[in-house]
Amino acid sequence: MFSGLMMNTWITASIVAVIAGMTGFFAVLRGQTFAAHAIPNGAFAGAAGASLLGINVIWGLLVFATGGALAIGALGGEGRDRRSRNDVVTALALVLMLGLGALFISLGSQYAEETYADLFGEVFGISQGEVLPIAGLGIVAAAAIAVAFRPLMLTSALPEVAEARGVSTRTADLYFLVVMALATSMTVPVVGALLMFSLMIGPAAAARSVTARPGTALALSVVIALATVWLSIALSYQTNWPLGFFVGTIGAAFYLVGQAARAVAPRRAAVPDRAIAG
Amino acid sequence: MHYLFEPGLFSSGPVKTALLVGAVVAITSGVIGVFTVLRGQSFAGHSLADVATTGGSGAFLIGVNQFWGFLAAGVAAAAVMEGIGVQRRRGRDVATGVVLGAALGAAALFLYLGTLKTATTGASFTVLFGSIFVISPDTVPALIASGVVALLVVAVLARVLLLTSVSPDLARARGVNVRLVGIAYLAALAVSVSLAAVAIGAVLSTALLIGPSATALRITKTPARAMAVSALAGLVATWLGIVLAYDSYYWPPHGRGWPVSFFVVALVLIGYLLSYVRPRTRRAPRSPHEGVECSPA
Repeated sequence: MFSGLMMNTWITASIVAVIAGMTGFFAVLRGQTFAAHAIPNGAFAGAAGASLLGINVIWGLLVFATGGALAIGALGGEGRDRRSRNDVVTALALVLMLGLGALFISLGSQYAEETYADLFGEVFGISQGEVLPIAGLGIVAAAAIAVAFRPLMLTSALPEVAEARGVSTRTADLYFLVVMALATSMTVPVVGALLMFSLMIGPAAAARSVTARPGTALALSVVIALATVWLSIALSYQTNWPLGFFVGTIGAAFYLVGQAARAVAPRRAAVPDRAIAG
Repeated sequence: MHYLFEPGLFSSGPVKTALLVGAVVAITSGVIGVFTVLRGQSFAGHSLADVATTGGSGAFLIGVNQFWGFLAAGVAAAAVMEGIGVQRRRGRDVATGVVLGAALGAAALFLYLGTLKTATTGASFTVLFGSIFVISPDTVPALIASGVVALLVVAVLARVLLLTSVSPDLARARGVNVRLVGIAYLAALAVSVSLAAVAIGAVLSTALLIGPSATALRITKTPARAMAVSALAGLVATWLGIVLAYDSYYWPPHGRGWPVSFFVVALVLIGYLLSYVRPRTRRAPRSPHEGVECSPA
């Protein structure tokens, strides 16, 4: 279970978990869960397009992920109708990218196995060469979030105050979506579009329901993501069932435990939660 | 005319079925989509389609009729989403995301177990993209029935739904059980979206649910008019998409049709973008159809 090739899996999956835990925390906090679903799925369609053109898959992933992020950010609304507008624009960007994906796949001669791998990931059998770019990207994503940590927090928690201080919610949205797109385009071929989504939302939502302090919640989100991934790899290795199944269900289980913990101790969560949720 | 309608289009059995099913799905989605957009539940609408197809593949595995699988999964997911979601929209999105994540995990498992049984991986493709040309005629009555049921539920609830969508606090003050209305609405959404997803794929079902309604809501003043415009726009986009996809067998690369979902999504999107450029005059709300019809020529 810890032999040479499996070590690559453990390392890569841990990096992916850290990236997903961090970006997921902000996705949940900012109410951009739908975008977190749409961007990896759109990236998957880009991969299909790249293999149709015969170029490196990474270009397809990058173009579609960042293109989708920019479209969602640019066409999204502002102020009071921000959420409902974002919702519609995200849905339309998602179906456009998937519609193009359907076109690419039916025009190309790609095997269904490759499609399956892009959707559900192929985490066992990662080569040494794949680990380094993902590690580099992990550092870039972490740095991008660290640099903009305060404006991201402020626009998530208190958009009105942020606007008054001259921090644009819309710019912050756009910035964060692009970071998420970068993170996604490296991780999708390894862990799959669907897995990336589950890993972003479950742990972050669980962390948010337990603690209200942003720093603690962010750290907890990363820890839960790591625990989810490690448990899933071990279970998947033992049972031979797909990794995505374990990541999805364990993430949801953590969320339920978090909600239960919150229900048991409602008074502690009640006041500070409003402070960050706004 | 000849260039648009290839010979043999209207005598083909699969095309007739596709036109019929497309119409049912477009009209149902158009009407229900107006509420989905008003309530800001596009994500839930898309998720329910994915979740339902997971249920369908699960039912296939244990040898039950797939209808029960996707109906059960869709309605159960709707109840869970509304049940664990807090009333705020942000919390609802997170609840939707968690349910969707778990369902996608289950889909991965079912597809894997399915490949052990039948040695194909085409299922994941069908789940997402589907194909309107390969609907078996036995599915059609169930599709029509579910569309009618969903429309009836929404018609009965229409006034209350509008009130709870626009102002939940006012609705609560008037003694409306907002949560119950929410569950009933999500269940209707689940029924219509899940059958559509199984027949034509999750992509297309989401496109028809959100695109025409968002367009209609931008250019009309009243919800009733928005529903009519939205159903009509969806219908036009679907039928035109089917015709274009049929024609595309003669386009390069030769002998390989372009997917219907691509055309419908493109048409729906063009309609939505046109609703932005329309000058803010009080003209009759006709432009999106003109736009949709003219665009590919």
